[in-house]
Amino acid sequence: MIPLEYYLVVASALFSLGLFGLLTKKNAVNVLMSIELMFNAANINLIAFSRFVTGDTEGQVFALFVIVIAACESAVALAIVMSLYRILKGVDLPEASALKG
Amino acid sequence: METLAPKIIFWVFTGLMLGSALVVVLGTNLVRAAFALLATFFSVAAFYAMLGADFLAGVQILVYVGGILTLFLFGVMLTNRIYGLELETATFQLGSGALVSLTVFAVLVTVVLTTPWSQTALVEEGPTTPAIGRLLMTEYVLPFEIASVLLLVALLGAAMLVRRRIDL
Repeated sequence: MIPLEYYLVVASALFSLGLFGLLTKKNAVNVLMSIELMFNAANINLIAFSRFVTGDTEGQVFALFVIVIAACESAVALAIVMSLYRILKGVDLPEASALKG
Repeated sequence: METLAPKIIFWVFTGLMLGSALVVVLGTNLVRAAFALLATFFSVAAFYAMLGADFLAGVQILVYVGGILTLFLFGVMLTNRIYGLELETATFQLGSGALVSLTVFAVLVTVVLTTPWSQTALVEEGPTTPAIGRLLMTEYVLPFEIASVLLLVALLGAAMLVRRRIDL
């Protein structure tokens, strides 16, 4: 039996790795990949809590909704990246500074 | 022996998950990052299975590996001029990014390790699909319907965004 803390620490590590990629990557597609890592870490937490703390399947229903929203997010975000590529001829995020004050 | 096997499986998938996540985050090749993401999603699905969420493990593989990863590969291929397969990705703000993510990691681990959690699993092993289906059709039927509308809106929005503008 693996205790709850192990799952939570691994999910924290995955979340922090995703945050690091989100903050440091220049390529927009790679930033989206890092966001997916963070979604997955949050989902591991939801399912671990539903098994160890609340003891019902409602946490799994929440994780299911997170997966649905992650799919919507990546579809729309990749469409935005495509439009960005058409305007900038590249997807490096520091180049997209047209709204910078 | 029976108590050792779950531990070995847990550590193998932990190593696979964090190792492939490191390739995604620290690597410089975009295609390699996309394929490392495949290993990450598979090990997260294995975690779901270890936590007794068999339906979620299946959904994870179907949606993430079958859907989102394919979408990412399309994104990588369509937003780069491809000469060979050397799709480089650059980094910036390395120092501050490492500082922020290490701080978040330290805070999370401190909170996790200082909170007294219950040590026993409350749910018995078994198929979870009937319970999830019952909850989706009774208590969570409104979020379920909103999620279906959200999927439709995302579909239309994505199609609108990537459509080539036709000047009349």
